[in-house]
Amino acid sequence: MMEVEQKASSPTFFKKHQESFYKSLEDKHTTLEFEDNQDPLNSRMVLNMGPSHPATHGVLRLLLQLNGETIEKAKLDLGYLHRGVEKIAENKTYQEFMPYTDRMDYLSPYSNNVALCLAVEKIAEVDVPDRAQYIRMIGAELARISAHLLWLGTMVMDSGAVSFFIWTFREREKIYDIMDQLAGHRFTVSHARIGGVANDITDDAMALIKEFVQTFPKELKGFHSMLDRNRIFVDRNVDVGVVPTDKAIDLGATGPILRGSGFAYDIRRFEPYLKYDEMEFEIPTRLEGDNLARYYVRMEEMHESIRILRQCLDRLPKGPIRANDAKQAYPSKDEVYYSMEGMIHDFMMTDTGICPPEGSEVYHAVEAPKGELGYFIQSDGTGHPWRLKVNAPSFRNLQVLEHSLEGASISDTVLIIGSIDPVMGEADK
Amino acid sequence: MSAQNKHSDSYSDIMAFVQHEHGLSHPITVYRSASDLTLAVPREILLDTLTKLKEDHHFVYLVDIVGADRFVEGDRFEVLYNLIDLKSARRLIVKTLADEDSPVLPSVSSIWTNASWHEREVFDMYGVHFTDHPDLRRVYLPEDFEYYPLRKEFPLLGIPGSIDLPTSTPDQEASS
Repeated sequence: MMEVEQKASSPTFFKKHQESFYKSLEDKHTTLEFEDNQDPLNSRMVLNMGPSHPATHGVLRLLLQLNGETIEKAKLDLGYLHRGVEKIAENKTYQEFMPYTDRMDYLSPYSNNVALCLAVEKIAEVDVPDRAQYIRMIGAELARISAHLLWLGTMVMDSGAVSFFIWTFREREKIYDIMDQLAGHRFTVSHARIGGVANDITDDAMALIKEFVQTFPKELKGFHSMLDRNRIFVDRNVDVGVVPTDKAIDLGATGPILRGSGFAYDIRRFEPYLKYDEMEFEIPTRLEGDNLARYYVRMEEMHESIRILRQCLDRLPKGPIRANDAKQAYPSKDEVYYSMEGMIHDFMMTDTGICPPEGSEVYHAVEAPKGELGYFIQSDGTGHPWRLKVNAPSFRNLQVLEHSLEGASISDTVLIIGSIDPVMGEADK
Repeated sequence: MSAQNKHSDSYSDIMAFVQHEHGLSHPITVYRSASDLTLAVPREILLDTLTKLKEDHHFVYLVDIVGADRFVEGDRFEVLYNLIDLKSARRLIVKTLADEDSPVLPSVSSIWTNASWHEREVFDMYGVHFTDHPDLRRVYLPEDFEYYPLRKEFPLLGIPGSIDLPTSTPDQEASS
């Protein structure tokens, strides 16, 4: 953290950018004066947090205009992780874009893979076998737990308990091991394929998932008993960063932020995809809209994910894991290595890819751990998307953050960021 | 998929609304592509239509604003508004076109507050201006950047020298 007086007078980088930023902090409500004779104690100042600040969960930059310890106005500067993935997508086939989705919301890569696949399958009218859909659900729910565990660790760390982070990471490590067995990668999995999944669930992976589903609820209960009645944690979070229901809807909050503010909006129920319409689960919702409400919503979501995982494991059907149509999905490696057609099809899929009808457009959303993750695709009939837009939940929740920081205390800033749980890879695209 | 089928008859009030507007000078066209119902609205009546959709048809939740470059002469850019009716759980996409030479559209941030950032993103990526926007700055790229990167003529590898990059040694001046 540093004061900006000097920076404002002589910015070295992106001069126009910095100037426009400071100008945007000035409006009819506030005035920005760096040498204020009325304020000899300098209680009004602009505080610059980030972009490399450990508590901002990535490269988020905040400019906070303070009056004493109260935030009068907050502005967020995004784009420090902007890689232009939407431009890249226009120059890649749909399948080639898959690894980029891993690096968007890098805390739950599986959800991103599934979101892209479902959007492409919807626009290209690909039917996915049931077994693949169940495997995707298992992967997506594990990813949700893994993302929420990271949120839990960092949020409790932001509230002052550092060792908790290690306990949640111990559980997260188990999910990495499962992903290693399931997808062949621990972190950036790229397991979903258009038309199915890359490989079937192995016995080892199955055993690990079953063990995790058995043991994790006990750990979760331990987390609950450690935090639910913890005086420090509760006092630190209750009535902090309140977003009322109407404001949450108006500000476009999504995911746990919206549900923590009292609106039970979950894409898994709103527009069921995969097999979620056959699953029994609740949508955890709280009315308070503060940090503590979001804590409860996410904790209960982990319980519900375990419930969904159990149902998936019970009902996992036998059958193929990929669409058996060479125009719609990659052939299996057995086919590629041992038959000429298989090899040609593999080559064609890599070279041209799947071609949705010309002029069609689609929007498909999934409920990612952070909220509604949607892919909008416009096709021009070729194997590359004409336009691919990612509707990133973190981007939308950060806009809520900008508004909810106003009037908050400077000491709560880091906590509010923690409870919003942004992933900059996704927000910055 | 199933949700759309389930609610396919629930758009009757939207159809009636479109029918009602149809006789006017700026007709709305309706189509359904691979997913949701889409209204193509001329930009002259955009603000009016969106206000009516929010107030009379309960589309209170703005999910996303998408910009796209059609790469044609005349109405080159299109902007899509992804709306949700929280009462009857349905989705509607409203599409409008912006001119190539003067890409200007009215801002909808007075209707939905969160339109602000989404419009900034469209401005950042395509250079579409939104009138009456409270704070129209670029959202990702620095203000010093002069190009609109998602326009089709912008090269994938970028334009060399278009942006200041940090130097590798701290004492050097920023190269441009």
